[in-house]
Amino acid sequence: MEMRKVLAETMEELMLKNKDIVLINADLAKPNGLGNLKDKFPDRAFNIGIAEQNMASIAAGMSSYGFIPFISTFTPFASRRICDQIAISCAYAKQNVKIIATDPGISAENNGGTHMSFEDIGVLRSIPGVVIFEPVDKVQLKKILPQIAEYKGVVYIRTFRKELPDVFSEDEEFDLFSSAKLQDGKDASIFCTGIMVQETLLANKILQSQGINADIINIHTIKPIDKSAIVSSAKKTGAVVTAENHNLIGGLRSAVCEVLAEQFPVYVGSIGIDDKFGQVGKMPFLKEFYKLRAEDIVNKVHEVLTKSGK
Amino acid sequence: MDLNQKCTQIRRLILKTIGAAGSGHIGGSLSIVELLVVLYEKHMNISPKHPQKPDRDRLIVSKGHAGPAVYAVLCDKGYFDASWLSTLNKPGTNLPSHCDMNKTPGVDMTTGSLGQGFSAAMGIAKASQLRNDGATIYTIIGDGESQEGQIWEAALFAAQHNLSNMIAFTDYNKMQLDGKVSDICSLEPLDKKWEAFNWNVINVKNGNDCDEIDRAIVKAKSLINLKKPTMIILNTTKGKGIHFAEAAGVNNHSMQITPEMIEQGIIELGGDL
Repeated sequence: MEMRKVLAETMEELMLKNKDIVLINADLAKPNGLGNLKDKFPDRAFNIGIAEQNMASIAAGMSSYGFIPFISTFTPFASRRICDQIAISCAYAKQNVKIIATDPGISAENNGGTHMSFEDIGVLRSIPGVVIFEPVDKVQLKKILPQIAEYKGVVYIRTFRKELPDVFSEDEEFDLFSSAKLQDGKDASIFCTGIMVQETLLANKILQSQGINADIINIHTIKPIDKSAIVSSAKKTGAVVTAENHNLIGGLRSAVCEVLAEQFPVYVGSIGIDDKFGQVGKMPFLKEFYKLRAEDIVNKVHEVLTKSGK
Repeated sequence: MDLNQKCTQIRRLILKTIGAAGSGHIGGSLSIVELLVVLYEKHMNISPKHPQKPDRDRLIVSKGHAGPAVYAVLCDKGYFDASWLSTLNKPGTNLPSHCDMNKTPGVDMTTGSLGQGFSAAMGIAKASQLRNDGATIYTIIGDGESQEGQIWEAALFAAQHNLSNMIAFTDYNKMQLDGKVSDICSLEPLDKKWEAFNWNVINVKNGNDCDEIDRAIVKAKSLINLKKPTMIILNTTKGKGIHFAEAAGVNNHSMQITPEMIEQGIIELGGDL
């Protein structure tokens, strides 16, 4: 099922249950799958037009009145374009605004470099109090969205919008602020997020065939990050790999290294965008170009094992 | 006390407040004194003992650097003790340079990053509309601030959503930090711009005259059936009412205030030191 379909269904459920939730789109309601909600909630779902800065500050104003606004656009316009509005109107003013940001990283595909945000996590991670969540699949999105609606504060939801393979079974439960263990292992830790979880699981098959048992942990919430899970896994394996669909500067790698530098310094190898801009292309090409494939993760695990003297 | 006397009293408080800090945004604070006094004395449905009363009228001072003027009026209304005023910008203060809703009772939105407060005000007006609570939402923007693109995004939104509960003011003192607005990036014709954005527009010739401001607000309220937001353009004087501030002209945006200047100003305003 498409992520945006699950997003729309879950938002509808939440809006039915909680009359304070409002949904604001910025002329991307259709691609984000949220276009029909204005028919179901004519007062509480509206399109603001192509005015993302206005959208973020209007949401802050509505929040100050007791509403829970969800604003929605593509990741670059939901982060770097409105960085100051998120920082000041939303976070500094302690407002309860949720940001639905679709098409993270290479998933912008043929919209290319202008729409391909590799920096959004880095931009927002340095703003105090902003929670950053990146779902792996529809189950995780569906289970965590209600927790986000309940949580009081700014939350950035960095989500793929099209079809994604399922990683988790329907009965899986999640906590917004705790990482999700995918496999217990002792040889190397792999911390992964978003679409890189699927690649990690593909890599895992190869690693298993080579006799390498990885400890695989999905960091769906990059801020605040689950420090204890990272440290205990690193202590167990002594070899760490991170995998993300984001610049290696400012994202998951940075967040994991910040934790480990303080609590358990260890060699960290990373899969992600090596400080480059985006470009047009389909996912397979982009994964190959930016070295985000399963085989890249396998190679990185071997590199880390060698450097760690294992 | 009549409104003009109240304005003089508020100006004394502003001068003492900024004077205690040693420097601050005096020009744009003094230019909106009459507006704040008219709003708080004659129009706003508020309850200083219950600053968060849900259906209260709101004031969003989007030109957040006018904090000292807002603080003087809020203090006068009893939102907090007068001793707070001398803490402006001092460590741990509840009265920072720019308005902060989480620090100062009576402040309805955190502002200072220009343009954002105006959008937030539209969000508040929209929220009040959804709640159908009958509140009037007031907001003040600067003329320099009107160079921000976000102002015009919010202007489009307000007209689209028929925010007739929105009464906005432009503090049109014709000056910004670096110089005259007309030399830097002119707004003219300002009234035509707001008309073109489908707002009711009321020009107030002397934006430092309480009666003229009062009449404009009464008129704005009478236009509610037009289902449009209203912009009241106040032709004001930056630094109004204190000689050294007015005389400094474009240099009065933020000024050093010496003890001698405080003394001279307070005497000029007929107050006790």
